[in-house]
Amino acid sequence: AVGPKGIFRVIERSEQWSVGELEPEDFGAIRELSMNPIGDRIISAFFSPGKETVDFASFVRILAHFHPTETSRSRDGVQPEPANSRTRKLKFAFQLYDQDRDGKISREELLQVLRTMLEMQVTEEQLQSIAERAIQEADLDQDDAISFDEFRKVRGVDLIRDQIDNWEY
Amino acid sequence: MEMGAKEKNQQLHKPYSNGIIAKESPSSLQQELQELRGSASCPRSEPEFEMADIFYFCRRGVESILDDEVTKRFSAQELESWNLLTRSNYNFRHISLRLTVLWGLGVLIRYGILLPLRVTLAITGISLLVVLTTLVGFLPNREFYLSEKVHLMCFRICVRALTAIITYHNRENKPKNGGICVSNHTTPIDVIILANDGCYSMVGQVHGGLMGMMQRAMVKSSPHIWFERSEVKDRHLVAKRLSDHVADKTKQPILIFPEGTCINNTSVMMFKKGSFEIACTVYPVAIKYDPRFGDAFWNSSKFGLVNYLLRMMSSWAIVCSVWYLPPMNREEGEDAMQFANRVKAAIAAQGGLVDLIWDGGLKRAKVKDAFKEEQQKLYSKVLVGEQDEGEQNS
Repeated sequence: AVGPKGIFRVIERSEQWSVGELEPEDFGAIRELSMNPIGDRIISAFFSPGKETVDFASFVRILAHFHPTETSRSRDGVQPEPANSRTRKLKFAFQLYDQDRDGKISREELLQVLRTMLEMQVTEEQLQSIAERAIQEADLDQDDAISFDEFRKVRGVDLIRDQIDNWEY
Repeated sequence: MEMGAKEKNQQLHKPYSNGIIAKESPSSLQQELQELRGSASCPRSEPEFEMADIFYFCRRGVESILDDEVTKRFSAQELESWNLLTRSNYNFRHISLRLTVLWGLGVLIRYGILLPLRVTLAITGISLLVVLTTLVGFLPNREFYLSEKVHLMCFRICVRALTAIITYHNRENKPKNGGICVSNHTTPIDVIILANDGCYSMVGQVHGGLMGMMQRAMVKSSPHIWFERSEVKDRHLVAKRLSDHVADKTKQPILIFPEGTCINNTSVMMFKKGSFEIACTVYPVAIKYDPRFGDAFWNSSKFGLVNYLLRMMSSWAIVCSVWYLPPMNREEGEDAMQFANRVKAAIAAQGGLVDLIWDGGLKRAKVKDAFKEEQQKLYSKVLVGEQDEGEQNS
């Protein structure tokens, strides 16, 4: 779990905490993130669309998605879904694909992700055919895009659910 | 206190502890992705992409936001329990009056008694070094025996000035003439710690002021290698001077720190290959400090040298272990970088340090795109279903 030590270190990272906000450039100081092919996308996941900065509260709220899911819940279903539920985690990953936040992963968005993950290692034709296969397998209502519900049902993503419950920070 | 410290020195420190994130030992990209996919993969003609693959990168990304391997090497190591030094105290919470009183007492002892004593010793040691080496320099033939004695004596005084309690292991492997001694670098004090036990030729830039005076004095009685600022850029010149020195078997072994910068003693970072290109025997040395008595790491972006020395002299003590490793030579078909990595792995293993591929220069610079490309390459291999055992051969 993100305990006090973790937050302290996160605060140490950026001198801008005195102003109270983080900018995308501040994440550039994290070397392993620069090495990650989808590093830029993860960074932009912290920023609301159209906003250039993120404040501490929002930052922590997003990190809270990765708190381990509680499996035993003794509450009534009236409460809003907690930040760390499976759905929230899946939504986070879904938004890594769906950059324009229109609720659907279009063919172009899928291609963009594939390009950043593979870049020079495969040809453009191979990229196209990978994207084609992925959409065909996932797109159940034949609208040429993958909605969040279709995403959840994709082979592999439904299996993931058990594993992402155990992410611990 | 001294005896207790000597016993504790025997243990090796665990490398993966004290992390904020409960990570399993780092498995490769391939292993993790295959686990995510669940099934065993077989070679496919077409690259097979799974939408779920993104979870792997997503998780690694968030993990690195919270705690990455590189940044934490450049701040002082965190202790499990407090050692009564304010500088090691990261999350200040008032715990009890008794602890505060103990701490206050500690401050009195350290600053009132230990610090003045140590400063006196340090001044004595440095003055003696300058004076005696200059005197020895006037003698004909530079009298190796005397100059050795003088060096050793002065460095021993300096060691006492820091109250450094050093345990040397495997002294039969001590560096011999005509070789190069390499070690991991945590602080400028490393030099004093090693020079306490043997005479080395040091390599470095010419400084001004007090340092410069010491350098000029030392060079009068034994062959050290000091470079002008302009000469440092010229790799061939550097290599030539080192080779010449090494070729002369009467000269002492050279002491080099291939990391190029101070690391906080939890890991060993990339070795610069320059020193490994010279054809001679390399004597690796591992130095590990015990952080409980005083943190030796010099964070040069936070403190200047004088500030750092004062902090050192007002800690309880500097306790460390030095391991002399068996000499290594470059093997047939091995290039300088591979040799450097082999030596690095040996040093890391002995000292209980994490062996990292990262360049210490990252303290100040950004990551190269080559690393990102490496990740992309590995991922594309998974898509195609290639089974690789362990590391890539590059």
